Amino acid sequence: MSPEPRQILAPDGTRHGESSLEIPAIRRLYQAMLSARVFDRKASAMQRQGRLATYSPFEGQEACQIGSAAALSPQDWVVGSYRDGGAMWLHGYTWRNLLLGRTGDERGGRTPDGVRVLPPSITVGGHMIHAVGLGWGERLQGSDGVALTLFGDGATSEGDFHEAMNFAAVFETPTVFFCQNNGWAISMPTERQTRSETIAHKAVAYGMEGVRVDGNDLLAVYEAATAAVAKARRGDGPTLIEAITFRVGPHTTADDPGRYRSEGIVAEWRERDPLERVRRYLVAQDAWDEAWQREIEEAESRAIEDIVADAEALPAFTPREIFDGMYAEPTAQLREQRAEAERG
Amino acid sequence: MAELNIAQALNAALSSALEDDRVVLLGEDVGTTGGVFRVTDGLLQKYGPDRVIDTPVAESGIVGAAFGMAVGGMRPIAEMQFMGFSYPAFDQIINHVARIRNRSQGRFTAPLVIRIPYGAGIGAAEHHSESAEAIYVQAPGVKVVVPATPYDAKGMLLAALDDPDPVIFLEPIRLYRSIKQEVPDEAYRVPLGVAAHLRQGRDVSLIGYGSMMREVNAAADILAAEGVSVDVIDLRSLVPFDAEMVIDSAQRTGRVVVVQEAPRSAGFAAEVVAQVQEKALYSLNAPVERVTGYDIVVPLRRAEKHFVPSVARVVAAARRTLEP
Ligand SMILES: Cc1ncc(C[n+]2csc(CCOP(=O)(O)OP(=O)(O)O)c2C)c(N)n1
Repeated sequence: MSPEPRQILAPDGTRHGESSLEIPAIRRLYQAMLSARVFDRKASAMQRQGRLATYSPFEGQEACQIGSAAALSPQDWVVGSYRDGGAMWLHGYTWRNLLLGRTGDERGGRTPDGVRVLPPSITVGGHMIHAVGLGWGERLQGSDGVALTLFGDGATSEGDFHEAMNFAAVFETPTVFFCQNNGWAISMPTERQTRSETIAHKAVAYGMEGVRVDGNDLLAVYEAATAAVAKARRGDGPTLIEAITFRVGPHTTADDPGRYRSEGIVAEWRERDPLERVRRYLVAQDAWDEAWQREIEEAESRAIEDIVADAEALPAFTPREIFDGMYAEPTAQLREQRAEAERG
Repeated sequence: MAELNIAQALNAALSSALEDDRVVLLGEDVGTTGGVFRVTDGLLQKYGPDRVIDTPVAESGIVGAAFGMAVGGMRPIAEMQFMGFSYPAFDQIINHVARIRNRSQGRFTAPLVIRIPYGAGIGAAEHHSESAEAIYVQAPGVKVVVPATPYDAKGMLLAALDDPDPVIFLEPIRLYRSIKQEVPDEAYRVPLGVAAHLRQGRDVSLIGYGSMMREVNAAADILAAEGVSVDVIDLRSLVPFDAEMVIDSAQRTGRVVVVQEAPRSAGFAAEVVAQVQEKALYSLNAPVERVTGYDIVVPLRRAEKHFVPSVARVVAAARRTLEP
């Protein structure tokens, strides 16, 4: 395995490798990354205004999220974490889902009908094995659907990572493990999670293919994800993709990164911004202009304002409604407690 | 003496505990950042990375390693970042930590402390608001304690460390910074298994613990202002449980209200009620009341307030016991 991450687009926007994406498709994915960035920044800003609860920004990881989810078909599944809103959204989970959830409203967790995205996993590690079961279940039901799971470098330290990787390999499930190695798990750098030379190396011990890719390179992420998805769909089993990226923001809006890392390293990574490199490439291809960019930004920004205003206007759950989500039929105990809650 | 909140009192206790070379802290983000609640702030700088250990994200690993250290003669303190994240360590806590004394018939013991922030009320994300203490109470072999004041937080943490058995040490998140109290600078112990008798009264007993003590005390103020003579007990410790103080109180007042934040069914309040029924039934003038959370997942921020028992619910329950 080459520890050098695969790259197609250099940070200066020059291409040095083949991509299966034509310019119109690259423009579409650029637009998606831009929408995701606007969403992410607005969510952080609205948290600061007290309109959202704690938010975990994904700025810097847009190429990972858009590039990986773009490789899927609607019949495939996405199982991500609290930081994977971009990938979930591209696969049909809505900004409204994510924002409503962040206002502190359970209704955000209701995936639109027909969309195959699980609500974001807040616990670290437990969700990866779900993508094993989902993919496996697709195969057992005669479908060639695939499941993509996104997780961080820290999540690979949890015991559940081992069980998920092992099951996937033993049963050759159609699962794509997409690790966004963003350098940090809250305050701990990746070196404090593992002594493995790379995270991709871990695949070897499970008898699985491991791939390392520049996670800030949309084209490289897309190619790696497309290959892994195609392989899974063919019945040739799971892949672990390690995408090297960087969380430029805080862990969450409650975190103070100044306690554990220097601004210098953040500035270095800003130079390798995933959007800027695609923009440069498109500029060189004469396929980008300022007005288009501004139009996307403004439209997305307005849309997000509207969604949050709507979410705020939605009456919060009443004491009665907090009981509704628990069982198909409320138990006798819940009915009694619900009556008590309604009395106040 | 200094005026400290609970987080600061715990920090002081940990700092004093680390003077003993056998003590180490292990947990996620406990070192460099001083913990997500800053309870371990400054300890890495003071005691170094061999004693204050930032671990990989792996709760089973943290508790399992602490178990090994404890069996081998050390006194580890393991931190779980939130109660909802202690569950990956379940197998270690229940099958190993809790059982080694009995399994080895006393040859091996695991005197470690597992610190777990718990409880709702801060509008946090999913899995950050649980009160699952009863699950740990159901694991024979571990002690389970819950301080509710800065003074108790420090004294009970030091007592937990001295204890020959493993202790689950629950820290009420919403009280971390809400109360200040004079806390002695020197090390002192508050014995585990002894409840705190906060008020003496004749008419009704209010019994609570941990995060609910704020509501319990506020309810007692309201009732007292109405001329009700209220007996208030902070259990502080669930295993061992100071049933004697509770029974004595029930026998004196004949009216009992038990308050817990956790879901109702098979919660710790049920145990308190059962003990009162068994040992003080003939002193009772009214059915024992329970004020609890509901048997549901703690609602997110917008509706969380409907879940956490309110002062009004505690007062109403007390009034029901006082109805002629
Ligand atoms: C089981 C569990 N343990 C601890 C936490 C607290 N926690 C939230 S995120 C995080 C770090 C995760 O890091 P990583 O997997 O690298 O993902 P990133 O946040 O960098 O995207 C921790 C420890 C949790 N949510 N779940």
